[in-house]
Amino acid sequence: MVEPKIRIEGVNYFYGEFHALDNISMEIPSNSVTVFFGPASGGKTTMLRLINRLNDIVEGTRMSGSILINGKNIYDSDINLAELRRRVGMVFALPLPLPGTIRENVVYGLKLAGIKDRNRTEEVLERSLKQAAIWDEVKDRLDSPANALSGGQQQRLCIARSLALEPEVLLLDEPTSGLDPISTRKVEESLHELKKLYTIIIVPHSIQQAARVADQAAFFLMGKLIEYRPGTEIFTRPREKRTEDYITGRFG
Amino acid sequence: MNRSHVQKIGFVFLTLCAIAVVAPILVVIGIVFIEGVRVMSWEFISAVPHEGMKEGGIFPAIVGTLLLTLGTAICAIPVGVGGSVYLAEYAKDNWMTRAIRLAIVNLAGIPSIVYGLFGLGMFVLFMHMGTSIIAGVLTLAIMTLPVIISTSEEALRSVPTEFRTVSASLGGTRWQGIRNIVLPQALPGIITGIILGLLRAAGETAPILFTVAAFYLPRLPQSPFDQVMALPYHLYVISTQVPGMPLSVQYGTALVLLILVLSMNFVATIIRSYFRRRRQW
Repeated sequence: MVEPKIRIEGVNYFYGEFHALDNISMEIPSNSVTVFFGPASGGKTTMLRLINRLNDIVEGTRMSGSILINGKNIYDSDINLAELRRRVGMVFALPLPLPGTIRENVVYGLKLAGIKDRNRTEEVLERSLKQAAIWDEVKDRLDSPANALSGGQQQRLCIARSLALEPEVLLLDEPTSGLDPISTRKVEESLHELKKLYTIIIVPHSIQQAARVADQAAFFLMGKLIEYRPGTEIFTRPREKRTEDYITGRFG
Repeated sequence: MNRSHVQKIGFVFLTLCAIAVVAPILVVIGIVFIEGVRVMSWEFISAVPHEGMKEGGIFPAIVGTLLLTLGTAICAIPVGVGGSVYLAEYAKDNWMTRAIRLAIVNLAGIPSIVYGLFGLGMFVLFMHMGTSIIAGVLTLAIMTLPVIISTSEEALRSVPTEFRTVSASLGGTRWQGIRNIVLPQALPGIITGIILGLLRAAGETAPILFTVAAFYLPRLPQSPFDQVMALPYHLYVISTQVPGMPLSVQYGTALVLLILVLSMNFVATIIRSYFRRRRQW
């Protein structure tokens, strides 16, 4: 049995009194696309944000259980948070370019890591913009402001910005929710390329998208993991009644 | 009376309000300029006063005010900006930070003469600094701090939280996010706070009255422990304490003070708009 890339063991999470995640355990294999789906406030985004400890910033929250990446618990006290977040990249629901140019956005993570070598950054710039399928659109205006791009381009820029750090894991939180269908397809197509290099976890913005991109999918409902199986099975022959109801649109 | 009449009356009323706001400022500047420009000469701004301050210039007072403002900037800006970064970015919301904020708001409302008395008691007497530039600068800096802190904190808070989250998600420490993203974005607002605070410091008489200002000192200071003349206090002195002082000299002094303050404001506005143009959200 191959060691999974990520192993989630008995994770409970509370926002104040609200039990946001209820005893979640699952294993996520490397070099594949894993989908977390389910109705709003079911815990999928919370689960995602726990994997690079972005929820640490939120006050008044509590967590128990462990999350292991490559067999190492990322909630151990000796974990370097900055280094963890370089290894586990995140793309948010809204495109959030930082103030500055396209180039500055892509190399920002390298700058934080203290990498200034010009050859290296130029190489990373081109590679990550190509991986995010936006290179051809921006290669002639790398020094123009990032927020002059369209929403779809901004989101692919944000993906490139995460890829610049060559993360082992890429977390995508509804990355196409603000995008038009053509941009959405570009992002989805790039996922097929990216999973050869990275382990991808995505919260999709629709059930159709979930079915299109999933190698395996996990259904979250009210903080519980209801069903977690290969995408080819869960969307065509769900075992759980609640999963079936959600997929067929009977609720949620 | 139909709606368009109401609209017209309302419009006229609002225009009058706007005029009522601007007119006094223009009148003040106009009178000071017309009356003061008569004594304006190279000698007036570059020579020391003599003949009981009725003749000569006001050079020591100009230098004094510039020194006091510069000293206030050096003391107040690092502490003020640092304090606002702490309050906006690091401090948890608990009773202590709420008490600090309450204190800052109240400090901003304290009359300047009270700061003057505090400076006298604290720096001049208790800390044995004597009536000196350093005592005056510290008094002015304390008076300026609340303005800088509260406007800077506001500016920092208006930077979207998402920038901090994105920076953290790319492996940035909290300080890296503040240093690279938040501070540059908040800079125009921070500069506004600094200008407001320093302009007040440059124009105030009360805080320097007991702590630094010299009645008549026709030479330049040699050390931070010397007294200096300063424009606001000098204006007060020649307007009330010296009999037979020509009115034109008083207006001339007022004009120099106005020009000094307005040009500081102008330079700061240019700096601010430069940084604002670079801001992108």
